Amino acid sequence: MSFEFLTEVNPGFAVIFAGVLAYFLRVPVLRAIITIGGPIVGLIMLVSLSEFGVDHGVMRVMDLTAITYRVDSLSFIFALAFLIAATINSIYSLHNKDPLQDACALIYAGAAIAASLCGDLMTVFFFWELTAVSSVFLIWQTGTKAAYKAGMRYIAIQILSGVLLLFGAVYFLGNHGDLSLRAISLEEEGAWLIFLGFGIKAAFPFLHNWLQDAYPKATPTGAVVLSAFTTKLAVYMFARMFPGEHILIYIGAVMTIFPVFFAVVENDLRKVLAYSLNNQVGFMICAIGVANLDTEYGRYALNGAAAHAFAHIMYKGLLFMSMGAVMHRTGTTQASELGGLWRTMPLTALFCLVGAASISAFPLFSGFVAKSMTMSSVGHEGFVIVWCMLLFASAGVLEHSGIKIPYFAFFGHDSGKRPKEAPFNMLVAMGFSAFICIAVGFPGLGGARWLYSNLPYQTEALYYLDHYLWTWDHVITQFQLLVLAMLAFVLMKRFGLYPAEKPGVVLDFDWTYRRLGFGVATWAGDVWGRAGPAMANGWKQLGGRVHTYLTHAFSPEGILSKGGPSGSMAVWAALVLGLVIVVSIISAI
Amino acid sequence: MNMFADLHLAPEALAVHAPVLLVLAPFMMSTASVFAPNGRFAWGMALLTSAFTVWMSLVLASDVAREGVISYHMGGWAPPLGIEFRADGLNVLIVILISFMALMSALFAQPAVAREIRTEKQPLFYTAFQICLAGLMGMALTGDAFNLFVFLEISSIATYVLVGLGATRDRRALTAAFNYLIMGTIGASFFVIGVGFLYAATGTLNMADIAERLNGLDDSRVVQAGFGFIVVGLGLKAAMFPLHQWLPNAYAYAPSFVTVFLSATATKAAFYALARFIFTVYDPNWDFVVAAMNYVLAPAACLAILFCSFQAIFQLDVRRVLAYSSVAQVGYMLLGLSVGTVAGLSAGMFHLANHALMKGALFMAVGAVALHSNVWRVCDFKGAAKTAPLTIAGFTVAAFSLMGTPLTVGFLSKLRLYDAVVINGWWWAAVVIATSSILAFFYVGRLLQAAYLMKPDEGAPEIKEAPMVILFALWVLAGLNIYFFFDSSLPLGLAEAGAEAVLGASAGGVQ
Repeated sequence: MSFEFLTEVNPGFAVIFAGVLAYFLRVPVLRAIITIGGPIVGLIMLVSLSEFGVDHGVMRVMDLTAITYRVDSLSFIFALAFLIAATINSIYSLHNKDPLQDACALIYAGAAIAASLCGDLMTVFFFWELTAVSSVFLIWQTGTKAAYKAGMRYIAIQILSGVLLLFGAVYFLGNHGDLSLRAISLEEEGAWLIFLGFGIKAAFPFLHNWLQDAYPKATPTGAVVLSAFTTKLAVYMFARMFPGEHILIYIGAVMTIFPVFFAVVENDLRKVLAYSLNNQVGFMICAIGVANLDTEYGRYALNGAAAHAFAHIMYKGLLFMSMGAVMHRTGTTQASELGGLWRTMPLTALFCLVGAASISAFPLFSGFVAKSMTMSSVGHEGFVIVWCMLLFASAGVLEHSGIKIPYFAFFGHDSGKRPKEAPFNMLVAMGFSAFICIAVGFPGLGGARWLYSNLPYQTEALYYLDHYLWTWDHVITQFQLLVLAMLAFVLMKRFGLYPAEKPGVVLDFDWTYRRLGFGVATWAGDVWGRAGPAMANGWKQLGGRVHTYLTHAFSPEGILSKGGPSGSMAVWAALVLGLVIVVSIISAI
Repeated sequence: MNMFADLHLAPEALAVHAPVLLVLAPFMMSTASVFAPNGRFAWGMALLTSAFTVWMSLVLASDVAREGVISYHMGGWAPPLGIEFRADGLNVLIVILISFMALMSALFAQPAVAREIRTEKQPLFYTAFQICLAGLMGMALTGDAFNLFVFLEISSIATYVLVGLGATRDRRALTAAFNYLIMGTIGASFFVIGVGFLYAATGTLNMADIAERLNGLDDSRVVQAGFGFIVVGLGLKAAMFPLHQWLPNAYAYAPSFVTVFLSATATKAAFYALARFIFTVYDPNWDFVVAAMNYVLAPAACLAILFCSFQAIFQLDVRRVLAYSSVAQVGYMLLGLSVGTVAGLSAGMFHLANHALMKGALFMAVGAVALHSNVWRVCDFKGAAKTAPLTIAGFTVAAFSLMGTPLTVGFLSKLRLYDAVVINGWWWAAVVIATSSILAFFYVGRLLQAAYLMKPDEGAPEIKEAPMVILFALWVLAGLNIYFFFDSSLPLGLAEAGAEAVLGASAGGVQ
């Protein structure tokens, strides 16, 4: 039997199909096989494909050609990361007895994979919407009222993003007559719409609230799944369509900085992770902004974005998984209620530390291998201020994700909680992710070479690996940064410079900066602590008032819905008639 | 259209009379079914009639595909003196749509009418239905302006009766029917006054003849006033905002079969008549026609899309949600029409066909749910997906089509409309469409969410699966919503041919 046909089908379809099947399979064992098997089949389909840059799947709808399957070196690495993440997520959620959640997780993952592997904007739009619609159930399945409302807000803004994309695509179709994916510049008509549509999904500053709003309210497994796909799909689309767009550099830099303050003062550890997700995506966006593909360092930057996305999907998933395990066992991720869990959850704690080390870019872990190219190219292209911002943000990452998450959950003051170790399937999934984090990061294991050889610009990537990555100044700079940051954390802790539940420490490579950073962080924390609730209240009141107005106007008892007594209709008819005639007369003058 | 060119579905002798048979057959049968012994027998007659009209409409479509314009002279009297039935690209789509939707609703009718209408009234009910069908067919086919008014009144009066018969189940149907009658009569009188003005200006009632004699009369106040009256009269019948207020109650309290049938056909026929007058009787290049389209119809369409989408979100009764959404959808069609280009009009006509498919399916599913339990509120739909999976699945497909999700035909018509308004430079209209897509997500999402995600309330009546015959009709419509996404050549081809037929004739038709 020949499996040739498998190379014609987008691997995302296999995953989506597995998801639909999983919904109808009510036998847990079968469902387990399907949920894990689907992404693995997808992986095989993707890896066994031999030819890049060819339209493997084409479909015609009306007068449009939809390219449903097309792989090149850029989409390959993203799809690969998505497929691995989907597999691990399936293992992680094996203990779930919820077909709807399994199905939605797979359809959502499959849609993201399919979107990264198709060749025209209209198909992208289709899967773009599918990711939105399928993922919202992962939030709703929590079952609380807050989750329901957050889900509604989430889906509304996601659909807005899709509509903007569609709108832009139609502009494009009108102007160019084709919708194939290619690098475009913002000067082209409709490009801004597409840019904004992507920007919403990438959680650009001021468009980001849906992320911190929705992700922490998702189910424990749902948050893991959500963290992997939506934003990274947007990163992929930026890398595909807007490489080297300078505005992205500044947007990315701001994205790396501003969540740091919020993450530092936030008490819900999953929300901290959501903020740090923002910050990490900022690095990738920034790298894409630098990626002028005609220059050597520009290509490094694009490689950096892709590598960072790959590594990030793994370690951010790992961190969310460890927090999910804590949530699963203790029912909370509030920092103030946790602490000392390492006694009974040693493996989870260990995996969390691996994830933390990776996200903080410790040498020997995957984050270092991935982030290094971005930093080098930003520095080389002369964006000094941006480079400093990224450095500051790196220190911030260490503080809120690298130290705060494991410290408050597993160490710190003993909460007295003695939950059981995470379920076996969770441990396996976390083990896998941790393995990838270490294998990619540890020199000599070959993981770094494997990752680099799969990057969009392979030659440049391998050159960078051999000549720049493991140079002493690189490693030592990074170590200095990390050691100083940790030292600061220890000192702060020792001298009790912050309240226990709301630690406000942001550290930098230099004492002055560190003090400044600390000042800014506490100030921002204070401001946020006071302004936040007030603002939230204001919004709520405004929202309530708008809702009242709308109800007054539109509800069945509302002004506009009064059963329309015939008399008023006659008046309306006369008015419209008058309008038509007046317009005709005016037009004739 | 080409797909019809090779069809020979009837012998020549019959095919020649297809235009008139489409009107005559329902008329004759309606008289006959007064004497039907029981409701079931009358239903059989109605089913036969609608199947016959489907056949005849396909015959007509193939004739038009071969010959272009078909002109049928009543009693052998040649127009402009005699009355002419005229079929061209524009009304073939409408004729096929009305007859097909009549057939589908007739399938739905048997269980629904048996439950909702008193036994002794059932034969008369089907009589009214067939009169209404005849009237709508006549509106679509006639080439005579005054004749159009007559058919408009025939279909409307039958409609008032049909809506009023909902009183067995819900007394509010009586006031709804009365309001509809008053407003509908206002609309019809406006229309006939408009025709009167045209007659005064040209001295003829044949539409093609009027068009010819109007040449050079575009400065005439009489002609302009006539235009105003006709637009308002037909706009009222087509539920143009703000003249839509008769619609929500009429749709909500009518028997569910009537709602299915009307939502898919009645406003569509009026919309067609409006397009016919604007594009073929008047000239869409005349200043005052352009001005009316740009400054009255297009804003009214946008307001309809936004206001009624909002209103749909806040309704408690499912039928009213769908009814307000219908007004919003009429807004889409009007928007397409008011663009005034081939792309715009064809997008409007395409959406008209798609909307009939989706709204028909939606109202069918809602009617089926209410068949056993007589529940209509949104909150009554809680947990319906568990107990009536096939009905709700059909509802879901149509609902996705209404939202304009890819893989359903609703997506294509929204895309065409986007395209048409963007090419015309009406970015504000595109914004309106985009906004309403999100609003549609909310009003439809509310229903889906109740059906799929919520548990039924304690003591709420259980919702049962629909009878086979309803499921069949429902799934044919839902299936078409999906099928036409992959192969839209039939409705799109007809819509484009229609738009080209009327706009190609009037000097390019581009503003």
